[in-house]
Amino acid sequence: MSSANEILMGTQAGTFKPRTRQRGMFSYKTKKRLVPFLYVAPAAVLFSLLMLFPMITVLRYSLMDGAIMKKNAVFVGLQNYVTIFSDPVFWQSVGQTLYFTVMSVIFHLLIGLAFALLLNTQRIDPTLRSILRVLFILPWLFTAVIIAIIWRLLLDPNGVVNSILIALHIVDFKVEWFSSTKTALHALTFANIWAGYPLYMVSLLAGLQGIPKELYEAAGIDGANEVQKFRYITIPQLMPIIISIALLDFIWTMQVFPLVWMTTGGGPIHSTEVLSTYTYKLAFSSYEFSLASASAICILIMSMSVTYFYIKHQKAR
Amino acid sequence: MNVRKYLATMKAAAAVWALCATCAFAETNIEFIQWWEPEMPAGALRGIMDDFEAANPGIKVTLVSGPYSATHDQIVVGAASGTLSDVVGLDGAWVNGLAKQGAIASMDSLMADAKYDPSQIADIVKVNGQSVMFPLASFVYPVFVNLDLAKAAGIDKMPATRTEFADAAKKMTNPDKNEYGWVLPLALQNPGGIQNDVMSWVWASGASMLKDGKPDLENEAVVGTLEYIKSLQDAGVISPGIFAKKEQDKVEEFVNGRVGMMIDSLAHINLIRERNAKLNFGISALPAVDGYTGKRGLPYASWGIGISDSSEHKAEAWKLVEYLMSPDVNGRLVSIANAFPGNVKAKPDFSKSDPLFEEAFKIFQSGHLANEFVGLPVAEDLMRDMNVEVQKMFDGQQTAKDAAANTQKQWLVEFAK
Repeated sequence: MSSANEILMGTQAGTFKPRTRQRGMFSYKTKKRLVPFLYVAPAAVLFSLLMLFPMITVLRYSLMDGAIMKKNAVFVGLQNYVTIFSDPVFWQSVGQTLYFTVMSVIFHLLIGLAFALLLNTQRIDPTLRSILRVLFILPWLFTAVIIAIIWRLLLDPNGVVNSILIALHIVDFKVEWFSSTKTALHALTFANIWAGYPLYMVSLLAGLQGIPKELYEAAGIDGANEVQKFRYITIPQLMPIIISIALLDFIWTMQVFPLVWMTTGGGPIHSTEVLSTYTYKLAFSSYEFSLASASAICILIMSMSVTYFYIKHQKAR
Repeated sequence: MNVRKYLATMKAAAAVWALCATCAFAETNIEFIQWWEPEMPAGALRGIMDDFEAANPGIKVTLVSGPYSATHDQIVVGAASGTLSDVVGLDGAWVNGLAKQGAIASMDSLMADAKYDPSQIADIVKVNGQSVMFPLASFVYPVFVNLDLAKAAGIDKMPATRTEFADAAKKMTNPDKNEYGWVLPLALQNPGGIQNDVMSWVWASGASMLKDGKPDLENEAVVGTLEYIKSLQDAGVISPGIFAKKEQDKVEEFVNGRVGMMIDSLAHINLIRERNAKLNFGISALPAVDGYTGKRGLPYASWGIGISDSSEHKAEAWKLVEYLMSPDVNGRLVSIANAFPGNVKAKPDFSKSDPLFEEAFKIFQSGHLANEFVGLPVAEDLMRDMNVEVQKMFDGQQTAKDAAANTQKQWLVEFAK
């Protein structure tokens, strides 16, 4: 019974018979060239079926008029892109998506880093540290539905947050957090920040635990204070993790849909409309699948531009 | 076993197999997609299907059931790919799109072939003159009133006019105790609030938002209704958080005794009883404009039924539709679902239901079903467009007149497509 190695090496028990190997449909050299492709074939087929095919289909839909809904949809070139680019709500969604994403990434990083430093310090009692570790990671364990329900209840005009604020005389009226055009986007971003920081915390904590203690000792001997140690040792050591995770977070947050949909649905008016809700409404409310596909391709391009930096950064490492 | 016996056994087995296969091939299997089975008591719909199969030997029905939104998605995908089930459960808001897509069949020829009397159907939904949907069961939306709150506020009769409603809402409102007269859900996720809680005021007074099948939102009745609702907000009688409130929030606030009145589906009576058995509440028809004496329009949602255009078994599918719409079966089905019948001759049995259903049936019989969104193109999108404009009005960005005019512009674009 011949093995893959035999095919590759053309040998069996030390006897090399190149002529017998050339029998059959393919020559030895062709077989040798084909083997790597056979190894990647299952992954390539799966990728093509599950990723490439849907992406190409969406791209094709975005260039057609009335895709899915019309039996004889025709090619219209970039007309759908022109239509969505001329819609002011689309540009409002782009701006709000960027605000939501950038603020989320910044505060995820700041809160995650602060909690990671807190959990890494030796000045806290180990038992308390273990309790805090569980508490801080809790938001990560909840699904988007649960997070949406929690924040809808907390930020309800008759909810806990308003009760506390009124009791402390910070406000003297019931703030309609998700129901006011002035506060809805900020409230939504806040809920997303709360839901997402544990990923940073866990990753940065692992990074902090991997920094050699000798570096801090050497810096101490050289007279560096805690701020200088943080600035010149901790941050540079964590930088590869920070960049990787921030780029991934940027891509993920830009596509967030369930939290936005279940809290505000893109409203009031269009004050929390993000690209994902804008696209969803085009597809499943207006049945404009071609316009929705064009909008989805815009999200894809934005995500891929960030992915480019991520891959470049990974290669540089 | 000798060879002869073996061969005889094999022949007998082959004969039995062939007989079974012939039976199987003779049987027609039709699919019926709907979201009703999970909303009815376990086995209820299947039981009706079993009776249909017994009455129609040779036809088997496979129920494809799921929650409302998942069923909607499945129907949209099935319509696009030509794999829609033979019989389709429909919501009035989907009908126009599906009919224009050519996904649901006209039932006119099927009715003619079967010599079916269409006058027994309460409200046949037509698109471009073709009958595409029958409302099998209707869920009417009356006003629910918290009788304890009303009594405490000194209100001794159900509000019948807009003035009485506004007056009652004011009396029931007490922000210090988190109690408000009315609740209005205008969240954008499901813009049904526009249909059930806003435009229902127009239909209740016998007015319309359409003229010759086209949008007519700038008429006095629609603008007047928007102004009236805005006046309720200005008076502070609507529970806060309107723009983020969904239908389930509305029901929840009523159940918890935080609002005095809400417009809601009769289907929620049992739910309200389960959630708060002590809640003392009643129902009445939606108030009309002062001085109106005509028949009240009753907003409703319905379980509609239609036939897939791609079905290879349209005759069998029609038999199922006809069976479900027959007076006896229709009456039985709506009695289980706590709804009102789609067949005018059906007599539902509410003896085992909540006493309020009996009362609601009287309201139903004295008024007429009114939901002008049924059969409109991209109905959900139209509601969402209007929802945004009404939100702008509530937010002080525009007047009621502007909200109506801006919605009119957007609707005309949709109707022109």
